[in-house]
Amino acid sequence: MGSLKAALVIQNWYRGYSARLKARQRYALTIFQSIEYADEQGQLQLSNFFSFMLENYTHIHEKDPELVARLFGSTLQDCKDRQEYVSCIDVPDSYNGPRLQFPLTFTDIDILVEAFKQQQILHARYVLEVLFETKKVLKHMPNFTHVKTSPSKEITICGKCQSRAAKLIFRSNGLPSGGNSYIFNGDFVDRGKHSIEILMILFVIPQSYLQMHGKKILQILEDVYTWLPIGTIIDNEILVIHGGISESTDLNLLHHIERNKMKSVLMPPIPLDGEDHDTDLKTKVGATIIPREVKTNGSLSEQLTKHEWEQVIDILWSDPRGKRGCYPNTSRGGGCYFGPDITSKVLNKYQLKMLIRSHECKPEGYEICHDGKVVTVFSASNYYEEGSNRGAYIKLCCDMTPRFFQYQVTRTTCSRPLYQRVNAIESSAIRILKERMISRKTDLIRAFQLQDRSKSGKLSMGQWAFSMENILGLNLPWRSLSSHLVTTDKNGNINYMSSFQDIHIQKPVKEAQSTLIETLYRYRSDLQIIFNVIDSDHSGLISMEEFRAMWKLFNSHYSIHIDDFQVDELAERMDLNKDGSIDFNEFLKAFYVVHKLDKLMLAS
Amino acid sequence: MDGAREHDVIVAEYHKKIKDAFEVFDHEANNTVDVRFEIGTIIRSLGCCPSEGELHDLIAEVEEEEPTGYIRFEKFLPVMTEVLLERRYRPIPEDTLLRAFEVLDPSKRGFLTKEELIKYMTEEGEPFSQEEMEEMLSAAIDPESNSIHYKDYIAMMVVDES
Repeated sequence: MGSLKAALVIQNWYRGYSARLKARQRYALTIFQSIEYADEQGQLQLSNFFSFMLENYTHIHEKDPELVARLFGSTLQDCKDRQEYVSCIDVPDSYNGPRLQFPLTFTDIDILVEAFKQQQILHARYVLEVLFETKKVLKHMPNFTHVKTSPSKEITICGKCQSRAAKLIFRSNGLPSGGNSYIFNGDFVDRGKHSIEILMILFVIPQSYLQMHGKKILQILEDVYTWLPIGTIIDNEILVIHGGISESTDLNLLHHIERNKMKSVLMPPIPLDGEDHDTDLKTKVGATIIPREVKTNGSLSEQLTKHEWEQVIDILWSDPRGKRGCYPNTSRGGGCYFGPDITSKVLNKYQLKMLIRSHECKPEGYEICHDGKVVTVFSASNYYEEGSNRGAYIKLCCDMTPRFFQYQVTRTTCSRPLYQRVNAIESSAIRILKERMISRKTDLIRAFQLQDRSKSGKLSMGQWAFSMENILGLNLPWRSLSSHLVTTDKNGNINYMSSFQDIHIQKPVKEAQSTLIETLYRYRSDLQIIFNVIDSDHSGLISMEEFRAMWKLFNSHYSIHIDDFQVDELAERMDLNKDGSIDFNEFLKAFYVVHKLDKLMLAS
Repeated sequence: MDGAREHDVIVAEYHKKIKDAFEVFDHEANNTVDVRFEIGTIIRSLGCCPSEGELHDLIAEVEEEEPTGYIRFEKFLPVMTEVLLERRYRPIPEDTLLRAFEVLDPSKRGFLTKEELIKYMTEEGEPFSQEEMEEMLSAAIDPESNSIHYKDYIAMMVVDES
């Protein structure tokens, strides 16, 4: 072998290796994304459940009229008496944190930024006051904010953002100011430490420098969030919204709706008496039952019409795709996929030139499509895991083409070699995929066994992949992932039970049946939301009766085949203080997945 | 199962495997992938190790008559299936790789210096781009000695892949 041949061998080998690394990285991202979108569908299923509850169990809300109000998030009294209440909260002299003066000034921004740098804590009183002030300002803003660039004024657009990315962006690009405006395009700072601190700074900064639109509802910020504008229009040319558009997007209508009535994407409007009951809600995930004859008091007129609600969902949840036309967004379960023809049509209709949106994680932090007319900007780098993706933001100045800035948040991420980063995100992705599998273990085994006529414990790759996709409902490259999930024999056949050997759900009670445990594990976040809604006094406790009633509804809506008495038994065993009430957080926390390999690693 | 049926099953499985690999890189979900960046990665991720020249020829087979910069799945599938069936472009065995490093290290020191590696990889054979060179160095170089102990490096890479 001469040196030329030797070089060729090494180069050839390296290129193959490097390609396989990149493929593994993509597979890991695909896993994260599929599961995230599947979870979004789960959210819509939850909202269907609330509708179902009201339709079929009107006696519940006759007994408890407050329940309806709580479910549909109507704000109780107006903030006036709340504000009076807040001003009664005293800030003690011993408090060392930042003190704010209202109305706020620029000095307050400096005070806050400095204080957070010093890791000081902002007193709850100031937090609440900032929120009230913010709400007051937001109420006066239109649904779409119109802004203009000028030679002295640049606009920076950030997509989905967490606190670390926000800090990085502010450090490298400066805090918002007169000449340096920002648009935060949705889902900001819902993950990561210091989220509230960043939000405080964002809210304190004058609205003229800062536009934010978002869809996530946090408990305490619910009110404020419903007042955030839907989108921004820059220089009458560029539309900035969170998700996308549909063929029926009507900007004129969206300009005029009362956006604060959109309490949550989870709560589709209930038609009042007299409205059209025949048309189906276009939730695009299976059939939806429209509640009929729901008698309500005035509070339910505090909501959008079905048509308005759908318009907002389209704006928040749609994704651009290469295929022409407009068709249901099956990954998300809401909104649509829109093609380049739809983009042209809608942009032309309103004399716009470009659409800037976020909503989808992109490996490079941004992506341009539809002939340059649609830009996706995603600012949460390492969104799924360390090294999963870069973040980016866009800077616009009048008449100049947009400039893109990319980054990756942690220094350690950048300096680690590629194979380490890929290993990290791959093992993280496989881990959550395995947790999905274990939550459907009984159904999976049943499906496998149905195909395993000879009861050999083995299936062909094709048979295994088919069942995995069918039961888990995740469109993933199963063949490529199989080596991480199962063992194969020398003939290439899958030992399908091998997936379940090193992982199981911790049973809070030994005798509890597997299907019950799996179901509770699978739906634990939905159940948490439901329990929190029922728990009117926020005590963390609900009565056994309420628990049973809720479980019955849940059981029938989600078509879970579990006998009531099993759940009863389980609940009784977990009623530790024997007083007829259940601490549901404890109850739900009891269902978690144990990774045996973790235990081994800890032991060694 | 007779030979013909077995062949069909194998082909069907290859089709699925190729489709999976293609879809993961098909961002637009419109059955095309970018020629320059993605197609080489897809082919290699399916276990093949074509040289750059062989890759070039393969791309020519699957490209449109009027190259659009994109490869369509319909064209890619039959060609790639043949490649897999014929077991073309087999990967380099570990000992061949080791021998290659040893050829570049005639005095048998057990390592190559950073400069030597860069020189060979960027000047000989099918040269690396700057990005490829940096990427390889980030994992291969021992920062203290600024050299590549190739035996350890190979062992590490092999473990990582298994």
